Amino acid sequence: MSAVVAEHDDHHDHHDHGPAKGLLRWIITTNHKDIGTLYLLFALAMFFVGGAMAMVIRAELFEPGMQFVNPQFFNSMTTMHALVMVFGAVMPAFVGLANWMIPMMIGAPDMALPRMNNMSFWLLVAGVLLLASTLFMEGGAPASGWTLYPPLVLQTGNALPFAIFSVHLLGISSIMGAINIVATIFNMRAPGMTLMKMPMFVWTWLITGFLLIAIMPVFAGAVTMLLTDKFFDTSFFDAAGGGDPVLYQHIFWFFGHPEVYVMILPTFGVASTIIPVFARKPLFGYSSMVYATASIAFLSFIVWAHHMFTVGMPIAGELYFMYATMLIAIPTGVKVFNWTATMWKGSMTFETPMLFSIAFVVLFTMGGFTGLMMSVAPVDFQYHDTYFIVAHFHYTLVPASVFILMAAGYFWLPKWTGHMYDERIGRLHFWLSVVSVNILFFPQHFLGLAGMPRRIPDYAVQFADWNMISSIGGFIFGASQLLFLYVVIKTINGGTGEKVTDEVWEDAAKHSLEWTLPSPPPYHSFTTPPTVIPTEHI
Amino acid sequence: MSTSDAYYIPHKATWPVIGTAGLVTMLAGFANYLNGSSIGSTLMVLGLIIFIVMLAGWFTLQSGESESGMYSTQVGISYRMGMMWFIFSEIMFFAVFFGTLWYTRNLSVPWLGGDGAHAATKELLWPTFEAVWPTNGPGKVGGEFESMGAWGLPFLNTLILLTSGVSCTWAHHGLLAKNRDQLIKGLAVTVGLGLLFVACQAFEYHEAYTEMGLTLGSGIYGSTFFMLTGFHGFHVCVGAIILGVVLFRSWKGHFKPENHFAFEAAAWYWHFVDVVWLGLFVFVYVI
Repeated sequence: MSAVVAEHDDHHDHHDHGPAKGLLRWIITTNHKDIGTLYLLFALAMFFVGGAMAMVIRAELFEPGMQFVNPQFFNSMTTMHALVMVFGAVMPAFVGLANWMIPMMIGAPDMALPRMNNMSFWLLVAGVLLLASTLFMEGGAPASGWTLYPPLVLQTGNALPFAIFSVHLLGISSIMGAINIVATIFNMRAPGMTLMKMPMFVWTWLITGFLLIAIMPVFAGAVTMLLTDKFFDTSFFDAAGGGDPVLYQHIFWFFGHPEVYVMILPTFGVASTIIPVFARKPLFGYSSMVYATASIAFLSFIVWAHHMFTVGMPIAGELYFMYATMLIAIPTGVKVFNWTATMWKGSMTFETPMLFSIAFVVLFTMGGFTGLMMSVAPVDFQYHDTYFIVAHFHYTLVPASVFILMAAGYFWLPKWTGHMYDERIGRLHFWLSVVSVNILFFPQHFLGLAGMPRRIPDYAVQFADWNMISSIGGFIFGASQLLFLYVVIKTINGGTGEKVTDEVWEDAAKHSLEWTLPSPPPYHSFTTPPTVIPTEHI
Repeated sequence: MSTSDAYYIPHKATWPVIGTAGLVTMLAGFANYLNGSSIGSTLMVLGLIIFIVMLAGWFTLQSGESESGMYSTQVGISYRMGMMWFIFSEIMFFAVFFGTLWYTRNLSVPWLGGDGAHAATKELLWPTFEAVWPTNGPGKVGGEFESMGAWGLPFLNTLILLTSGVSCTWAHHGLLAKNRDQLIKGLAVTVGLGLLFVACQAFEYHEAYTEMGLTLGSGIYGSTFFMLTGFHGFHVCVGAIILGVVLFRSWKGHFKPENHFAFEAAAWYWHFVDVVWLGLFVFVYVI
């Protein structure tokens, strides 16, 4: 458009443009690394907040009978734990990684829309604060489960409009973040960085960005109708007025199913980035990985009602959603096969990021298999709303998304800080996590199959043993994560004292551009575009 | 093609946090208001003022930067992508309400009337209910009402919006041909037609509430009717304000044939609002 590319003053001195001084630096920053750091630290803090809520849940379920909290508060805890973990921890952590890594991976100076980048972070904080404030309100925090189904959710006290507006703010934040990422990937790639040369992490985020832009407005629309049903006399979800509560479930899961893939696709991207480096081989089947990611994203839009097999859908609907859901196993299987084939005959070493990544491949596959079990509609009638489903989605989120976030932390912390983390503590953290996460969630499969419903503070005595074992696993898992906090703080403050190279990991620079920059990288990543595009990952 | 060296990266942005503060104050105020708290409306107004100041400040900053030529072609592409994907998100937002209309008309209302496997339920719970559209459900929620016809004011509104699309494009041609007069006149007509549309819509709502018994509380018909047309009307207002700002900037001499992202974004937005109305006219009013 502009024929004149004016050399504004900023251009001449922007190489030595440092950050603002003091605390203000973090408030008004437009720098992708600063904002990435903010996202990651915020996500880490929320991981512990959400984790503390999970500890309350596991403490209450340690034994049958009511021990510590009342049922209303218990249900608030399950609801808030989910909302905080999804919207406050996992999603922001991946947005933080995107902010930090994507400009460096594609050879860009920064994100495409730096001011909006700042706003999306602060809207996230505002949204989470609004949500957290509901804990202190008359009537308590929302206790309907994170799905916020009517009519139950409409019985929430003063918290309801705050929770709804919090969803709006988080939605705006996510949409802004996603638009920024998509615009960055399409518009800011270095010359020669063609789409099919991009690291898999960038590819998965491109597709995730599209998912977010498509689904967050849908969730906003759904909760807006909850708001009007409660306060403005509408009848969207009220059969007396001709509406239908099941409609909410359809809209919610049209959002909700792609939403869970928003949390897993970047996970796939990080795993596909880490495994080749430590297997010292190119990623097996790069292009099939790209197509598999796109297929999973497409399928995520047409399978939503498998979350609602028991609401009384017409039989044709049950069958369609059952078979469509099973299709997802194909591209997912392609991915698991590719990760395994990448490791096959590789010169593997087992540093902490690789350990977490391998555990991810194995344990995510378990979560995938239980997903396949539940996709069978008649069988799901038995599993629906039991601990089996709790076990299923926690396997896909904790030893998958969260493990990969840990792996990403260990993998890139040396790059971000210029210091090496303590490998011994990293491995201790890994082994404690991988053992305890299975003690925590595996018994929940048995509880679910035996018929223990989810979202209840008390249960029949036959469920006592496995619940106690699960709680013990939960406490060990929760405590183990403090090791990660320790590692992060220690690494930021100098780590082991070992000086890390630009590449950090052997031959990593052959895989991706961020390893060609110094550790830590300069404030502005690539002020001049890189000339050599790494292709080892392809 | 510009290099990344020329990619303008702003530093130290203050408007985003101010905007966030405004937005969260406004929404917290609204929530307090809905809960019957007395400080609610004050907070809302305060938040709104902060938000408007932020919009004015941020856009003044951006248009100044644009006019002084700080944005390369590549920056322009980022802005265009941003606007495009924003409009896509808006399409998905409207899709929810169109989907709701489709679902209730084709699935849930017929089910309430005993369609499919629901005959016994209907006989038992609401034997007298007839599943015809428009409806306010078996509970006759909100009482008797008349539904809104298509060929009076709504049809006139369709013509108004279509004409405004034409005048907007005419203004764009003026901009491209360096005909400032045509640009300003075209934009003024577009904004005027937009406001006329909103006025007609307000009149229609007034009729609905006072003469026809049709309110937001008139069961699922009233809910979908006011939700769809209401959110659309709100978007027309926003679009008219954006075009108004573009008009003001045109009058100040901004925009060049090769550099006028703000005009393009406003025009895209206006055409989007136009297309949504055509969907509304067909699915809410005519069918």
